[in-house]
Amino acid sequence: MAKQLVLKEGEVDTRGIVPINRQSFKDKLRAYLRKPCSFAGFLLVMLASLVTVALVLWILVYVLKQGIPYLKPKMFAWRWSYDNMSMLPSLINTLVISLISLAVAGIVGVFAAIFMVEYAKSTNIFVKIVRVAAETLSGIPSIVYGIFGMMFFVELLGWGYTLLGGALTMAMMILPLTMRTTEEALLAVPDSFREGSYALGAGKLRTIFVIILPAAIPGIVSGVILGLGRVVGETMALVYTAGSAFNVRYAAGPMGQGCTLTVYMYSLITEGNKYAGEAWAVAVVLVVLVVLINGAAEFVGNKLKKEY
Amino acid sequence: MKERKTLPAGEALAAQAAEALPAPQPAAEGAQEGALVVNKKAFVRELAMKIVFIVAAALFVVVVGVICVYLLASAIPTIAEIGFVKFLFGSTWLPSSGYYGVGTLIVGTAYSTACALVIGVPVGLLVAVFMAFYCPRWLYKIMKPVTNILAGIPSIVYGYFGLVVIVPIVRESFGGGGTSLLATAIILGIMILPTIISISENALRAVPKSYFEGALALGATKERAIFRTMFPAAKSGVVTSVILGLGRAFGETAAVVLICGNAAIFPGSLLDPIRTLSSNIASELAYSTGLHREALIACAVVLFVFILFITVIVMLLRRKKR
Repeated sequence: MAKQLVLKEGEVDTRGIVPINRQSFKDKLRAYLRKPCSFAGFLLVMLASLVTVALVLWILVYVLKQGIPYLKPKMFAWRWSYDNMSMLPSLINTLVISLISLAVAGIVGVFAAIFMVEYAKSTNIFVKIVRVAAETLSGIPSIVYGIFGMMFFVELLGWGYTLLGGALTMAMMILPLTMRTTEEALLAVPDSFREGSYALGAGKLRTIFVIILPAAIPGIVSGVILGLGRVVGETMALVYTAGSAFNVRYAAGPMGQGCTLTVYMYSLITEGNKYAGEAWAVAVVLVVLVVLINGAAEFVGNKLKKEY
Repeated sequence: MKERKTLPAGEALAAQAAEALPAPQPAAEGAQEGALVVNKKAFVRELAMKIVFIVAAALFVVVVGVICVYLLASAIPTIAEIGFVKFLFGSTWLPSSGYYGVGTLIVGTAYSTACALVIGVPVGLLVAVFMAFYCPRWLYKIMKPVTNILAGIPSIVYGYFGLVVIVPIVRESFGGGGTSLLATAIILGIMILPTIISISENALRAVPKSYFEGALALGATKERAIFRTMFPAAKSGVVTSVILGLGRAFGETAAVVLICGNAAIFPGSLLDPIRTLSSNIASELAYSTGLHREALIACAVVLFVFILFITVIVMLLRRKKR
């Protein structure tokens, strides 16, 4: 027995209706064949995207394939020696440099962003100058930062090669990143938050630290994590500031010299073919770190969008 | 560091200002003294923190200023010693014999950057089109992280990948030493992809949807609408992405120094080795002394000045867009 369709008021029986703009694959193909230029454009777009994805997969798979066989426990020995070529000291150096540079760049970047968003009017000439400065900072190549850090921290201040010098150089590099992401996060906090806080009698400072910053935290954290990604991946700014010596016995303190993972990999490569496997192993650790860091930044950043 | 130094001064200033200004809400006759004091304290605190924020923002300007002044101050005497024309246009870089001409290095940098753009820009723009107009939602969730990973892979890993994979491919299929302009351009082209993709995609997405629909309604195919309507409308963003990619390729060091061949000559073909300004610094700074070292620092300054130009151009483009 055929089922009777019961229509509610205002409903239309849509079973027999075919949308007139619906194109089957054949229709599309016919339309494309009539316009070969468009078809070529479509193919090029698809081809370029495929090539890009394939390229990323190729690089990732190649690095993993080359490096994983060399990821032995002895690569993570506490003390470095020519026998184990351990990367643990450089991993710890990377951590030290990341912590210091993120602390400095995070605080300065967040404070500067607070000024730019909460205090200054965007027509202010000082604000414009700061923006120009931030833009300039984000464009300077890492080797120039390295040279500057070498001349300033290593020579002028007479520290020699130190992790602190390297970390401060890196802090300069990621300052614009932390400021920009914090600015965006602060701008995303609805004005009603501010107004509500003022209406309850809170001062500006209290409003910023108790109301606005907590609401903007996901955005700020995701910016800081992106900064971490840059610090972990940076080589040239650190070779001449934190030291590239091939005698990484232990992890160094902030005022000691030591190499980070990238610099360690650089020195392994420049040693020639002898340490190719070890270099790939370091590359694996670097790539895994970077992918994890990117994922974390994305995850935290998405949280921000969901809330408002 | 600098912040701490200026902080006491800032606080003193705040206190002064607090004294000079009347309290924000002059209390009515007979109001409690206490409330006034608290108010004043809060006022000082607010002002002090405001000054801290201003100092943080000013730190950006200070850092840029210090870098500018310091680099230029150390490079200008060097360039004067070598001779401006001899330095910038001299075609022999042979520090052991006292020749410090960076002409070949500038040409090498320009060639590698230009070739990288030739490879990276078309692919990057096409991928940006894909991500903005063709990509279904589920695929976008894969493509976006993929381009982010491309941006995140450390340059030293790109360099090593280039050295071990791309260089042999170039050597076997085209002959020559392998470490060449071509290999450099391929790796740099890959490295600038994410910059071009993400900025162009944003620019294309920012164009009002009505342009696209209008073009379709007038009978244009989807591709025609994209390439003839959306691209011209998103021109300034697309150009910005290309220029930023150019800046990245121009200053890239760690990857280039491994694969460019490091020969300070004018490249005659795509298969000749080159040496860029940045790779010159990276390969020689470690053992250089005296004037040689100063000349390398001057190379960094040439890079820096060029990047300043690029920044200015990008800013002018942005202003135009507004």
